[in-house]
Amino acid sequence: MKKILTNRDFILFSIILIGLIAVGFANPLFVTPKSISDVLTDTSILIILALSQMIVILIRAIDLSVASNLALSGMLISLLSTVHPELPVYYFIALSCVIGTVLGVLNGVSIAILKVPFIVTTLGTLSIYRGLIYFVSDGKQVYSNEFSEDFLSLIHYKFLSLSFLFWLAVAAFIVIYVLLNHTRFGRNLYSLGGNPDAAKYIGISENKYIILAYSISGFFAGLCGYLWVARYSVASTQIAIGFELTVISACVVGGISVMGGVGTVLGCVLGALLIGLIRNALPAVDISQFWQLAISGAIILMAIIINTKTEQRKEKTIMVEN
Amino acid sequence: MSTIPDKPPFKFLDILYKKEFILFIVLVSILILNSNISPYFLDLYNLIDSTFLFSEKAIIALTMTFVIIARQIDLSVASIIAVSSCVLGYTTSLGYDTWLVISFTLLSGALCGAFNGAIITKFAIPSIIVTIGTMSLFRGLAYSFLEDSYYNKFPKLVSNLGSGYLFGYIPYAFLTFLLLSLVFAFILHKTSVGKKIYSIGNNPDAAQYTGIAVDKYTFVLFTLNGVFSAIAAIFLAGRLSSVRPNIAFGWELEIITMVVLGGVYIYGGSGSILGVVISIFILGMLSFGLGLLNVPGVGIIIFTGLLLILSIGFPSFVRTIRRKNE
Repeated sequence: MKKILTNRDFILFSIILIGLIAVGFANPLFVTPKSISDVLTDTSILIILALSQMIVILIRAIDLSVASNLALSGMLISLLSTVHPELPVYYFIALSCVIGTVLGVLNGVSIAILKVPFIVTTLGTLSIYRGLIYFVSDGKQVYSNEFSEDFLSLIHYKFLSLSFLFWLAVAAFIVIYVLLNHTRFGRNLYSLGGNPDAAKYIGISENKYIILAYSISGFFAGLCGYLWVARYSVASTQIAIGFELTVISACVVGGISVMGGVGTVLGCVLGALLIGLIRNALPAVDISQFWQLAISGAIILMAIIINTKTEQRKEKTIMVEN
Repeated sequence: MSTIPDKPPFKFLDILYKKEFILFIVLVSILILNSNISPYFLDLYNLIDSTFLFSEKAIIALTMTFVIIARQIDLSVASIIAVSSCVLGYTTSLGYDTWLVISFTLLSGALCGAFNGAIITKFAIPSIIVTIGTMSLFRGLAYSFLEDSYYNKFPKLVSNLGSGYLFGYIPYAFLTFLLLSLVFAFILHKTSVGKKIYSIGNNPDAAQYTGIAVDKYTFVLFTLNGVFSAIAAIFLAGRLSSVRPNIAFGWELEIITMVVLGGVYIYGGSGSILGVVISIFILGMLSFGLGLLNVPGVGIIIFTGLLLILSIGFPSFVRTIRRKNE
């Protein structure tokens, strides 16, 4: 019982629940099933990206280029759909994932083979990918009337009154949960993050896992490229600007340690849900949208301070036993 | 084992292998290329005015160099500019005396920087994560304070500093940058403070054991970075004569690019002010030249990103290949 109460994921879950109840008291309309399902739909892209970012953070790296990758993949398939509206929507989704993966592999290769530190690489590709959007689109937007109906309608498909987006997030959760907890790939990722030197000695190829982790991050960024464009029915140079920071904060709030090797898939999802709840709840309780950024910043800071404190405590106990 | 001399003997050929020399060659070729492509490039007035495009960033790049050499990073500088320029606009609107306005602005920058430094040193959290947090916190404060309004009234002195020239020739911002870079080069390369910053960057634990107050240095460096962001905010607000909460958006990346392209190792411990100054000129002249050619800003973004990755990737790639051949 005590174990459950001190469990990080449980605490996070309670915070979300308490937050939901508190907002519900202030504005009962917010806690109707319809509204909650809207919040879930709105948070789905964040959940998917946070899960893929988690894989990168586990090996002590960060992928700052996800939002630019998302926007570039989204723009490329949107431009294609204006030229070839007859193609089936699955074709666009697959293509978007492929483009995203390629962009992710480029990150991985730059880090693993060219040995450019991850922060420099992903800062660089953050601007390069964003710049390429202007390049391919001439700075123009693709508006909703230019997409084929098929392209936009898939996203509004509902199952059990929950949106397609939400079910995709659930699918991503299951896939990444299994990948990290029940495969050798996942175990190796955790060990690389926990102690890179030890992992190398037992024969885990760091370069391979860096490239794989960034390709997975790129794959999901590409997928979200389609999702983002289809959900908001617009592709422009500005979409998802700065979203990489929201994604990273979701991971940090979810207890994924930036020191590597620590964090659960469930925690990551809960972190994304908490951020999503805050973003959606602020307007519901009449807090100006201008406060949103400051409040998320404060929450990130608190979350990292709490994370680090709990981690440091563990370290100290080891020292005493020695 | 032979004794190691305090200083390696000076060889002229060594200069050729220095990063600064390579950067210098790049700068010269950009200048030659630019002046061949556009007849307007080598105009003295044009060149002087082009410094307005990078002087403010360059001022922050100096302290950022110190921060990165000490194995830290600060992603919140652009957000500190937003906070400080809000303070600048607000205190002006209250009708305070010019010097009081400037003091408050600098103080706000110092407080933001000290806040970063305190969290990083007190809780021993990596600066990249802390400053990602404060980047949204500070920017968010500017947004919640200004909402969708803006400031456009500043003291006369501030507007003068931002867009004026000394003796009608040298922009104040550029002059400040040049003077400060001399001071910073002296501190970093000729004083014990500089040596200590290098040793903190090379090995923080070892530096701690040799009696360097690592946390104190880190704290001071972040505070200084905040103050310099506020100085840049004064010049920038004076030049734009309007402050919105999205002021200087994305500058942190450009500033870090300036530093890293200048040969400062992103994980600390090496780099020089000279390299950073040359790289500032490279980036400045590059975007000025591309601007003259009517290449839109995005072309420059792509180019900067590529330059950043290749400038680090290429040498290390060559090194790996050489090692394999041996």
